[in-house]
Amino acid sequence: MTIHEIRDQLRKREVSAREVTQAVLRRIEEVEEKVHAYLTLTSEEALKQAEEADRLLAGGGEVPPLTGVPLAIKDNLCTRGIRTTCASKILHNFIPPYDATVVRRLKESGGTILLGKTNMDQFAMGSSTETSSFKITRNPWDLERVPGGSSGGSAAAVAAGECIAALGSDTGGSIRQPASHCGIVGLKPTYGRVSRFGLVAFASSLDQIGPMTRDVADTALLLQIISGKDPYDSTSVDIPVPDYEQALIPEAKGLKVGIPKEYFVAGMDPQVEERIREVIRTYEALGALCQEVSLPHTPYALATYYILATAEASSNLARYDGVKYGHRTPEAKNLLEMYCKTREEGFGTEVKRRIMLGTYTLSAGYYEAYYRKAQQVRTLFRQDFQKAFEEVDLLLIPTSPTPAFKIGEKVDDPLQMYLSDIFTISANLGGLPAICLPCGLTREGLPVGFQLMGRLFDEATLLRAAYAYEQASGYHRLRPPI
Amino acid sequence: MKISRNEVEHVAKLARLELKEEEIERFSHQLSAILEYMDQLNELNTDGVEPTSHVIAFTNVFREDAVKQGPWGRMRLSGAPEEENGHYRVPKVIE
Repeated sequence: MTIHEIRDQLRKREVSAREVTQAVLRRIEEVEEKVHAYLTLTSEEALKQAEEADRLLAGGGEVPPLTGVPLAIKDNLCTRGIRTTCASKILHNFIPPYDATVVRRLKESGGTILLGKTNMDQFAMGSSTETSSFKITRNPWDLERVPGGSSGGSAAAVAAGECIAALGSDTGGSIRQPASHCGIVGLKPTYGRVSRFGLVAFASSLDQIGPMTRDVADTALLLQIISGKDPYDSTSVDIPVPDYEQALIPEAKGLKVGIPKEYFVAGMDPQVEERIREVIRTYEALGALCQEVSLPHTPYALATYYILATAEASSNLARYDGVKYGHRTPEAKNLLEMYCKTREEGFGTEVKRRIMLGTYTLSAGYYEAYYRKAQQVRTLFRQDFQKAFEEVDLLLIPTSPTPAFKIGEKVDDPLQMYLSDIFTISANLGGLPAICLPCGLTREGLPVGFQLMGRLFDEATLLRAAYAYEQASGYHRLRPPI
Repeated sequence: MKISRNEVEHVAKLARLELKEEEIERFSHQLSAILEYMDQLNELNTDGVEPTSHVIAFTNVFREDAVKQGPWGRMRLSGAPEEENGHYRVPKVIE
């Protein structure tokens, strides 16, 4: 079931919000012990919220779009009164006294049901959800494989039917890569489209919150609610939010779609490439004009990204010092020792590795060579994109070079793990909106996704092109065997 | 090795991280490999290129300097590991 299907059934009184919620909770009971998507479940509150939703529905009149829809929230988004851990020991006991703006907007839209908080890579640092301090989430399509990351819990929950839709966050592909591995739709909005207030910061110039859903229409619905200027986030942008549902026209005729040649190089799994080539043929059949374009700096994206992201992370994570919230070491004789021991005990290996990397590249004597250099290369990326978008409306690229990999396969080789983000990070560097949607399965039955990238603040064209493909292909209806 | 054991220890100190013996060794190898990979940016000539800190040009956002209740109100101490009289309490700073 999707958000819009539930909405239609609720409006026709064919089902109640309570029944929908109970059905999802039963599904959680059935599969959660295999998938491990959630860190915190709030079933009782969810049932209370369902009763509230049913009251809203019984009142008649205009029914808000998310009324009666059970949703899940990534555990780096603050939820008032509900534990928010970022899947890290250092925040194992953190109960936020406020809601992230996106969470508040979901609640204020009316009748929303929140099921709980989903697992993730610790502080969103990872591409497999394996760096979580608490549990390993499994891919519902193959329990031996990772769901991708860092929003792996959200992606797995949506794919396995443990929620109807979810929110994730995306710094270098953390919504789109798990969406691809789990066969769902995931959107990273334009930087500034959605308020980051209450999102635990990882790399502030790259982070964005976005929807993870079963189809494009649901992504449009969720985006509508979470978008817009927020006085609590000065980087949110005051540009009017269009009606995204209006963009859902199944037509791609005349759309100019650029295929950047630098994304079709050695290293891509042949079956992934096969799927992407089929997507291009589908767009051509729909009347889109596909043409090759060049983004010459693409090979430098990964290095640029990991310099910027780790530098910003090392600064953002300085706040976890055992003073204001979260874990504090019980055995420290003085303040300095408290800082060092608290952080040693609280952070996982990947987080420490990135703090170390970022501290190193920002330290005296290295700043110019790394951080400033990367910021300059980021300008070259923007110029690449500006040039490409003079010729085309959208860019079509793969999401991940491979389907979901096996649990444990890459944990000991950080550089190999970083390489799995190679196709997703350029959207973050450019601040551009990008959507990932399913384009079929490999012969082993693993989902493959592809991405469309659009101009700044042009989510509407992205959604339209995505919707056209989805309606033509029907791949969004595939469900995991679990 | 691009980054020696000594450097790892120095950076750990700057980052306020206490590292275990085996972590120092492992990080020295792994960080060196990652930094070598990052060095490929030196192939690009960036003379005169303006750095991008944010993709969207922002200007400072000013508001009246007036006292207002934040969204979390009086709950800012609710997560404090230790507090006293409305303040955060920490171990001794000066001996």
